[in-house]
Amino acid sequence: MAGLFSKLKERLTKTRQGFVDKVGEIFSGAKKIDEDLYEELEEVLIQADVGVNTALELVETLRKTANERKISEPAVLQEVLKEQITAMLGEERALQFAPAGPTVFLVVGVNGVGKTTTIGKLASNLRAQGKKVLLAAGDTFRAAAIEQLEVWGARAGAEVIKQGEGADPAAVVFDALRAAKSRHIDVLLIDTAGRLHNKVNLMNELSKIKRVIEREIPGAPHEVLLVLDATTGQNALQQVKIFQEAADVTGIILTKLDGTAKGGVILGIQSEAKVPVKLIGIGEGIEDLKPFEPREFAKALFSLAEEG
Amino acid sequence: MAMFEGLSEKLQATFKRLRGKGKLTEADVNEAMREVRVALLEADVSFKVVKDFIARIKERAVGQEVLESLTPGQQVIKIVYEEMINLMGGSESKIQIAPKPPTVIMLVGLQGAGKTTQGAKLANLLKKQGKRPLLVACDIYRPAAIKQLEVLGEQIKVPVFSEGQISPVKIAEDSLEWAKKNGNDVLIIDTAGRLHINAELMEELTKIKEKVNPQEILLVVDAMTGQDAVNVAEAFNNQLGLSGVILAKLDGDTRGGAALSVKAVTGCPIKFAGMGEKIDTLEVFHPDRMASRILGMGDVLTLIEKAQQNSDEKKAREMEEKIRKQELNLEDFLDQIKQLRKMGPLSSILEMIPGMGKQLKDVQIDEKEFTKIEAIICSMTPEERRKPELIKDSRKKRIAKGSGTTIQDVGKLLKQYEQTKKMLKQLSALPGMGGGKGMPKATGKSSKKGKKGKKGGQGKKPFLKFPFPF
Ligand SMILES: Nc1nc2c(ncn2[C@@H]2O[C@H](COP(=O)(O)OP(=O)(O)OP(=O)(O)O)[C@@H](O)[C@H]2O)c(=O)[nH]1
Ligand SMILES: [Mg+2]
Repeated sequence: MAGLFSKLKERLTKTRQGFVDKVGEIFSGAKKIDEDLYEELEEVLIQADVGVNTALELVETLRKTANERKISEPAVLQEVLKEQITAMLGEERALQFAPAGPTVFLVVGVNGVGKTTTIGKLASNLRAQGKKVLLAAGDTFRAAAIEQLEVWGARAGAEVIKQGEGADPAAVVFDALRAAKSRHIDVLLIDTAGRLHNKVNLMNELSKIKRVIEREIPGAPHEVLLVLDATTGQNALQQVKIFQEAADVTGIILTKLDGTAKGGVILGIQSEAKVPVKLIGIGEGIEDLKPFEPREFAKALFSLAEEG
Repeated sequence: MAMFEGLSEKLQATFKRLRGKGKLTEADVNEAMREVRVALLEADVSFKVVKDFIARIKERAVGQEVLESLTPGQQVIKIVYEEMINLMGGSESKIQIAPKPPTVIMLVGLQGAGKTTQGAKLANLLKKQGKRPLLVACDIYRPAAIKQLEVLGEQIKVPVFSEGQISPVKIAEDSLEWAKKNGNDVLIIDTAGRLHINAELMEELTKIKEKVNPQEILLVVDAMTGQDAVNVAEAFNNQLGLSGVILAKLDGDTRGGAALSVKAVTGCPIKFAGMGEKIDTLEVFHPDRMASRILGMGDVLTLIEKAQQNSDEKKAREMEEKIRKQELNLEDFLDQIKQLRKMGPLSSILEMIPGMGKQLKDVQIDEKEFTKIEAIICSMTPEERRKPELIKDSRKKRIAKGSGTTIQDVGKLLKQYEQTKKMLKQLSALPGMGGGKGMPKATGKSSKKGKKGKKGGQGKKPFLKFPFPF
């Protein structure tokens, strides 16, 4: 689906600019490579939510590389670290679409991370590519969640399949799958209620939803997208792990990167779970969704937070 | 229970060679602090807050007497724990009430933190306290945010003031008038989520504040927030002068270090904790529980303290000795049950013991069961209590009759006694938990005579005076 990304890129260049580059980088001041510099790097990583262990590992590897390659310039060292981080984030990040028939994306995550908003943005993007998009209001729990999705549906030009508040989400999804087939929909995006991953019954509900999808459309869901809030700390590791177990997450969408949080926890996630980050959210507007670029992300980890 | 592994174990390991009494040296403390630092960072306490905190602990800990009853490791944890509680403040889940109504409460925070939900919960709480709250819908940006508040208001039968998508400053102002006319004595203003670096939207909050003069400006913080919590809290506090914090989504499994960060940078009390999606899940914030949670060690400190208060030193030593020699009998069992029950409900005590989760799986006993056990043991002769092996079928029958239980119950107790004995053996082999390292691994036989392993004999070891980990 190169189309999606080039489109996204085109649209979002404006937003992307400035998001990283407007601020200076932290180590431009360092004169030489010494313990202080390594320590400072470690601090920066920890403060970006990378996690203590992952930060230590990264710096350790960096130290080895610096010795092997006899690196003496701090600027070069920093480049090496960025390379290291970029490599860690892996390659595969294109959204998977069905070869024929409706493509189904299931969107999951804890409360308030940006699932519904992301669906709105994604729907709009797919619509702009001329695809027929349908939304399923699978959050039947939170007050006015359905209305919220409907607003996004209207903005994006996508219909919403819904039932009333309190309805069985699996039933809503079932309706949506049927509708997607009969209306020859290209992409069905399923919104789900926010749920904390330690609530067993809610995670079971999610597994059930997934089974309904699998049964109704072979090969579906083509993506199970876990939405993570970049502001989240180390608990994100737990979120990935348990959503993975319940619903076989295929990709991560990292939202709220327009704030000062760096989302470094996804590095820790990569060393444990290897779930690729596919998209990022950088605002509340309909166009504020962009492809994840490991290199940019690595760079942003070292950019100074803009003073509020 | 998974939480209980972690810091306490690491610290026990760090200090295993440092048993005994004396003062905490700087080296001891430094070593412990490395572990504490990692634990705090893993719990998402802000890097800078950790740094300051550790410095303070060090100052306090070096040179302290190690209490006889604790290992140096436990002593350090105790200090860390106490300082954390100090830092997070007492539990003061109170709302400032205006001398002249209405009282105005503003809820502010990042997108998706949980403002709307906590707002409705707070309204519900205040209503139950006899107030007449009014919810004010000032989130004009997020699709269906107003509708969300209206639905929640309907659920709890609290009126919602909304004027559609007009200026939030105007809405807030109008709501104040409306409340005065309609006799609402508390206003809860739900504002839109916003980034702390969005100058324009931050300014909007100041304007609302100026119009309504709130008694409370509460920052709603997602308990899962990472390092950014300090930046967010600082910015909101600088902009508005916060009066308190609500920690939302604490029903998750996050360690919740953000609580410490936010408190440290704003100085504001954490007034409530959001514990679920349902409307009645706004709870008092407990700094002590939060401290244990952040440290990842259950209420181990509470347990240490409780054990200290409740158990008589000498008895504990005897018990320790018996456990070590594996001479435990039902007499002791009864004793321990009595002590244990003095400490409070069993379930809450069990939860406090680190690493007990796994061990307890097969040995489940509820409170009622306890009464039964007491009765059964009381129906035994002293000899039987000391030598439970003696109890065969006919004796079982007699005991059952005497205690008003069944033969199966008696059999079950004897089995549990065996299991507990076995468990204690394992437990006391855990570092810091009991007799410690030197515990002979062999079965009852080899240790019967009090022969100890090589290291087992090195004088008295501080034994954490747990009653039966039953
Ligand atoms: N700044 C910023 N805000 C975002 C972003 N994505 C979503 N939001 C905001 O975050 C808030 C929560 O978003 P929702 O889409 O309602 O989140 P959700 O996961 O569907 O929430 P629940 O269904 O309640 O669990 C809204 O105010 C969104 O506008 C983003 O990338 N940046
Ligand atoms: Mg939603």
